[in-house]
Amino acid sequence: MKFIFDRNTWQEIFGSISKNKTRTIITMIGVLWGIFVYIALSGAAQGMDNGFDKVFKTVSMNSMFVWGQSTSKPYDGYKTGREIQLKLGDVTKLQNRIPEIQYIAPRIDMGGFGTDPVYTVRGQKSGTYPVNGDYPVYTKIATKKIFDGGRFINDEDIEQARKVCVIGERNLQELFEKDEDPIGQYIRIGSVYFQVIGVHKLAQGVSFDNDTAIFIPFSTFRKLYNTGDDVGYLCIAAYDDVDVVQVETDVRTLLKTIHRVDPEDERAFGGFNLGEVFKKVSGFAKGLTFLSLIVGIATILAGVIGIGNILLISVKERTKELGVRRALGATPSEVRNQIILESVFLTVLAGIIGIILGAGVLSIINNMTKDIDFPYTNPTVPIPYVLGALAIMVILGTLIGLIPAQRAVSIRPIDALREE
Amino acid sequence: MIEIKDLHKSYKMGSNSLHVLKGINFTVGEGELVAIMGSSGSGKSTLLNILGMLDELDEGSYTLDGVPIKNLNETKAANYRNKFLGFVFQSFNLINYKSAMENVALPLYYQRVPRKERQEKALKYLEQVGLKEWAEHLPNELSGGQKQRVAIARAMAAEPKVLLADEPTGALDSTTSYEVMDLIQKINDLGNTILIVTHELDIANMCKRIVHLKDGIIIEDKKVKQVRASQYV
Repeated sequence: MKFIFDRNTWQEIFGSISKNKTRTIITMIGVLWGIFVYIALSGAAQGMDNGFDKVFKTVSMNSMFVWGQSTSKPYDGYKTGREIQLKLGDVTKLQNRIPEIQYIAPRIDMGGFGTDPVYTVRGQKSGTYPVNGDYPVYTKIATKKIFDGGRFINDEDIEQARKVCVIGERNLQELFEKDEDPIGQYIRIGSVYFQVIGVHKLAQGVSFDNDTAIFIPFSTFRKLYNTGDDVGYLCIAAYDDVDVVQVETDVRTLLKTIHRVDPEDERAFGGFNLGEVFKKVSGFAKGLTFLSLIVGIATILAGVIGIGNILLISVKERTKELGVRRALGATPSEVRNQIILESVFLTVLAGIIGIILGAGVLSIINNMTKDIDFPYTNPTVPIPYVLGALAIMVILGTLIGLIPAQRAVSIRPIDALREE
Repeated sequence: MIEIKDLHKSYKMGSNSLHVLKGINFTVGEGELVAIMGSSGSGKSTLLNILGMLDELDEGSYTLDGVPIKNLNETKAANYRNKFLGFVFQSFNLINYKSAMENVALPLYYQRVPRKERQEKALKYLEQVGLKEWAEHLPNELSGGQKQRVAIARAMAAEPKVLLADEPTGALDSTTSYEVMDLIQKINDLGNTILIVTHELDIANMCKRIVHLKDGIIIEDKKVKQVRASQYV
């Protein structure tokens, strides 16, 4: 192995490579293209993966929603078509019986799900907006960014059924003057005045609420609209390591028992499983990453085989040269090493250029997609992947170099010299 | 310097076997300039290839500078070639992407001579063949005679015991041939042992001894009065 570190070896190889420029360039293009495609593809896939992550960052990924609908089967003396109304008491029962649940936030709302939004007035300005009755725990499931100086509903608001509200960015624009501080101001929601305690920022990505939603304490809502223990729907977040699909099944089963619904009745409760959707999306992103990995490696492979091909042809072309070298005293192993090292050197050089070009293209894509509403963030290729690709290239370069090298050695010098 | 006893060599051509060399006995002393002559098919190139360790003998023995040459693997043969022999070919066989100097330096590379020293030596030998100013030129920028002179410089660079030349003037016109022979004679004058395969009588007459081969055996081995090539140049 000493020859690898010998400056003379490299001078000889560099001479041979640099003086056959066309051959060298053509040889390199294959691998260069391969590694370029690999880097660009897997970086892009990673970008999309990161993009999805960012989109889902604002909500608990292991979350689901459930609401009451009407029964489709008679059960326990009840007839078909009974409306199911979720109650506050369900929350405690669910929490007690299903340990996988981390948070439950019961919500009730006006303005969504077929009800009319509420007419809201401040001074000369007005608008109609959906109003939600919420518990503070809601922010554990769906992150709410509150602008400086404000806050979300807290436990005391609930206890005292305070008439306070958190408004959205659009509400702020439509109800207040520009540069006016809304905190502490009063707005009339329906027929009752509420004090504004915070403004929530519209979350980028997945969001349950739009930027016109007004949040008020759940207890205030039920007093105001006389909804008693009624709950519009439940937001449920399971622990991170739990299968949320299973949790949904458990929740539905328990709710069916509580509300005396036929266990076979699939339509009594409506639901939406964000965890499942997220799983599918992230599965898609993972699949994309995997696909790009396969395609990239296949392209690298094709490139390396291309190098092998051209070296094989060049060995044929260089038969005479190699014969002369051997007549002048090159041992078979010296000839073999030279061919293999040429192969490895070209592979690695082309690979490094390909990596640089690929990284360049990724950074261009990154700059272009910065302001576009598309789940694409920070396209990168993990260093181990790059090193892995380089390692694969060195190994393949050596292996593929072995074929022409062996061919070069197997020709006897006398035959090589005789060839005209 | 070279001692060959009862050398036989045959080639297999399909089912037939072609007996090329049929018992050659032959010695060459140090400082000799020997021409091996014969018509095509007489076995002269085969003999030279065996002498050059490019080919293996079937029977007999071959001793070079006291070293018995037999059962060589490729690596050993390569080392012996590098140490003992210099080759000059009819078709020059210069490496076309290397400059004249790099071509001359090549055998030294395989002797692991450092690059600087290699280049100095190469230049020295190029100067000896009168091509110092052409050191940086590629072979295709040189004339046939110049190419052969570079090839001779390359063969000499490794300071071999024996210089083997296979039809060194075969691809050259007569004037250039004489120039090359003049050079070979001068190298011989310095005490180098040289073997030349040729089928041209005037070239053979410029050597000190002529060995005639016919159908695989030596039919004539005589000392001749050397004709100096310089008188024609």
